[in-house]
Amino acid sequence: MQIKMHNIYKAFGQNKVLEGVHFSLEAGEVHALMGENGAGKSTLMNILTGLHKQDQGTIEINGKETSFRDSKEAEEAGMAFIRQELNIWPEMTVLENLFIGREMVNAFGVLKTKQMKARAKEIFKTLNISLPFDKEAEFCSVGEQQMIEIAKALMTDAEVIIMDEPTAALTDREIEKLFEVMKGLTKKGVSLVYISHRMEEIFAICDRITVMRDGKTVDTKRIAETNFDEVVQKMVGRELEDRFPSRESNAGDIVLDVKGLTRKGLFEDIHLAVRQGEIVGVAGLMGAGRTEIMRALFGVDQIDSGEITIEGKKVSIRKPTDAVRHGLAFITENRKEEGLILDFSVRENIGLPNLKSFAPSGIVKTEDEMNFAEMMIKRLHVKTSSAETVIGNLSGGNQQKVVIAKWIGTSPKVLIMDEPTRGIDVGAKREIYELMNELTERGIAIIMVSSELPEIIGMSDRILVVHEGEIAGELLKQEATQEKIMALATGGN
Amino acid sequence: MKLEATGKSGIWQKFGPLLALVLLFIVITVLNPSFMEPNNILNLLRQTSINALIAFGMTFIILTGGIDLSVGSILALSSALMAGMMVSGLDPILAILVGILLGAIMGVINGILVSKGKMAPFIVTLATMTIFRGLTLVYTDGKPITGIGDSVMFQMLGRGYFLGVPVPAVVMIIAFMILWFLLHKTSFGRKTYAIGGNERASRISGIKVDRVKVAIYGLAGTMAAIAGAILTSRLNSAQPTAGQSYEMDAIAAVVLGGTSLSGGKGRLFGTLVGVLIIGTLNNGMNLLGVSSFYQQVVKGAVILIAVLLDRKKS
Repeated sequence: MQIKMHNIYKAFGQNKVLEGVHFSLEAGEVHALMGENGAGKSTLMNILTGLHKQDQGTIEINGKETSFRDSKEAEEAGMAFIRQELNIWPEMTVLENLFIGREMVNAFGVLKTKQMKARAKEIFKTLNISLPFDKEAEFCSVGEQQMIEIAKALMTDAEVIIMDEPTAALTDREIEKLFEVMKGLTKKGVSLVYISHRMEEIFAICDRITVMRDGKTVDTKRIAETNFDEVVQKMVGRELEDRFPSRESNAGDIVLDVKGLTRKGLFEDIHLAVRQGEIVGVAGLMGAGRTEIMRALFGVDQIDSGEITIEGKKVSIRKPTDAVRHGLAFITENRKEEGLILDFSVRENIGLPNLKSFAPSGIVKTEDEMNFAEMMIKRLHVKTSSAETVIGNLSGGNQQKVVIAKWIGTSPKVLIMDEPTRGIDVGAKREIYELMNELTERGIAIIMVSSELPEIIGMSDRILVVHEGEIAGELLKQEATQEKIMALATGGN
Repeated sequence: MKLEATGKSGIWQKFGPLLALVLLFIVITVLNPSFMEPNNILNLLRQTSINALIAFGMTFIILTGGIDLSVGSILALSSALMAGMMVSGLDPILAILVGILLGAIMGVINGILVSKGKMAPFIVTLATMTIFRGLTLVYTDGKPITGIGDSVMFQMLGRGYFLGVPVPAVVMIIAFMILWFLLHKTSFGRKTYAIGGNERASRISGIKVDRVKVAIYGLAGTMAAIAGAILTSRLNSAQPTAGQSYEMDAIAAVVLGGTSLSGGKGRLFGTLVGVLIIGTLNNGMNLLGVSSFYQQVVKGAVILIAVLLDRKKS
């Protein structure tokens, strides 16, 4: 299928989201769609898949002007959109998920399980994947769930599949598998639109790239004819300094010393020390136990054994309250589920871990809280119309800054950051890196868990690599390379 | 686009129930002008006070995403214990205070079972509703407790007037002011909303979620026991079946007031309005001579319509 979107305009009320976008898709290509958060990528794809209708502009499919009345019509025409939040029913089996809403039934409405299994088997075979049909989806990994979504798309005979940040939660092995499947699909003539912030992947898998900025198409190029720096520059619309700000390590005394931390079945005998003003990167594959270690360290989960020393004093951390009291702060990997109260305003979110200082007598001094929130908004360059804006209305990058702001207020000694820049655009990433440097200059120690190796290498003074619940090795900034980290993370040497 | 939507719903949430109440007032007054007479309005306030006190406590619980079905039974049990203590000669004021304390403890038990026991509030309070009711029947032997003496202070509580206003209404207004302050101006209130909005994020932000929940269920128990004291005084006796299905009226009032059953959203003022809507319906329909059977139908329909309107906006 060949698609041409021409001069697309779209506004929601006063808010102009798309202002003259051009986008084309050839049969059997992987086309990367890039742009900072809020550039209009999702809106453009929502128009292509019939969820929204453009205000102006035309869509041509195989040379014929087309418009979809709703997403059902787009689906029938062969469009499929796999969103970042997967459409999976966790309590249902793989088979039930595959056929949800389009079950095969006989004249009496009884399910034709045999036929469905046969059909599913067929699809799985074309994708070269195997998954037990009766496994409940909640026990499938994210990668497997994604495969279910792709299989679902194929079952509707999709010729165009749009994937929004498909690798955000995948392990490296799963990413490899996904890429294999994607290549297989393109050979069959299926076109793929690939929305991602991960440059390395885009250069590895895509044929062409379209960059959007502020609701307009900046450029479309063959991937072979462009490079990393050019793409970033086009995305942000200015010369970007290096991706990572330079940092000088000036590590002081040991603040946090962890010895023999163990939670059976998840991680064992973890030794970890961080110094004042130091950034320790924690690398490893998804599921290696990095996040679990941090959660236990912060008292979210219980440990079976281990010793935690903060500034030379042995402490016991059984719940997050203890951790906060001892000067730890934890930016979780999932800001919506564990970082923010989405119905709260920016001010209230920033105030939450700091209620003790804003309400020493129990009565909240809203004015103090307000002043502090406004100061943080300014210092962290949070883009929000005011401190009273409900946080759910901000973009991902700005939400993440608010999560950081709320913890800075507690003046932590150690800041644990789990995937601090996940799902955030390049410009905001850089700002968060700069903020990390600023914090370490003030003597705060940072533990950063990240799946992005360039980020680990670019920002850490020291790198710990976790493999299957154990620390497989430690690398200094100078000696670290992606290859060395991967070797340790996968159990090599 | 998003901003606009929340703004609109905010206005409905704030003024929708109030508008409904005003409309209700107008309709009933047109049909029967005696509704607006000062005596009837004071009467209305007195009638609503018991439901109001329970509903105020219930608001805190529902804001955390919980529910308390046991408040009616707590009311009955604390009422019976107060009456029992008074019959055995304890000073009435002391008896009331001890009764309220016992009500608080019953609520705290709910809170501990919910937070430390990690059980669903619906199940926990369904069970304690039955247990507390059973204990009431055991304690009273299924018979009303009467002859609780003639302390003026005690009789004032349910039947007296303060500057022309029925004392129960005064208690309701004072309770509203205190709890409004607690919910909207203190860190305790902020934590209540935070837990309802996102319990996991609250925990990780260092909030002692369990402790706050225990306090909130304790508060609901306290409010139910205060309502029990007023009821005991008004009836001059403790009834073993007192407070039955009061939890439903309280939940209805909270929901009518725009508080979300999934927690995190709502205001105490809304609950006050919700209580007044239910009270006005009862009072007005009595004045209009609507049969009590039909009254139930109307009340149910009003709740459905209110929730429907609430859904439409989002």
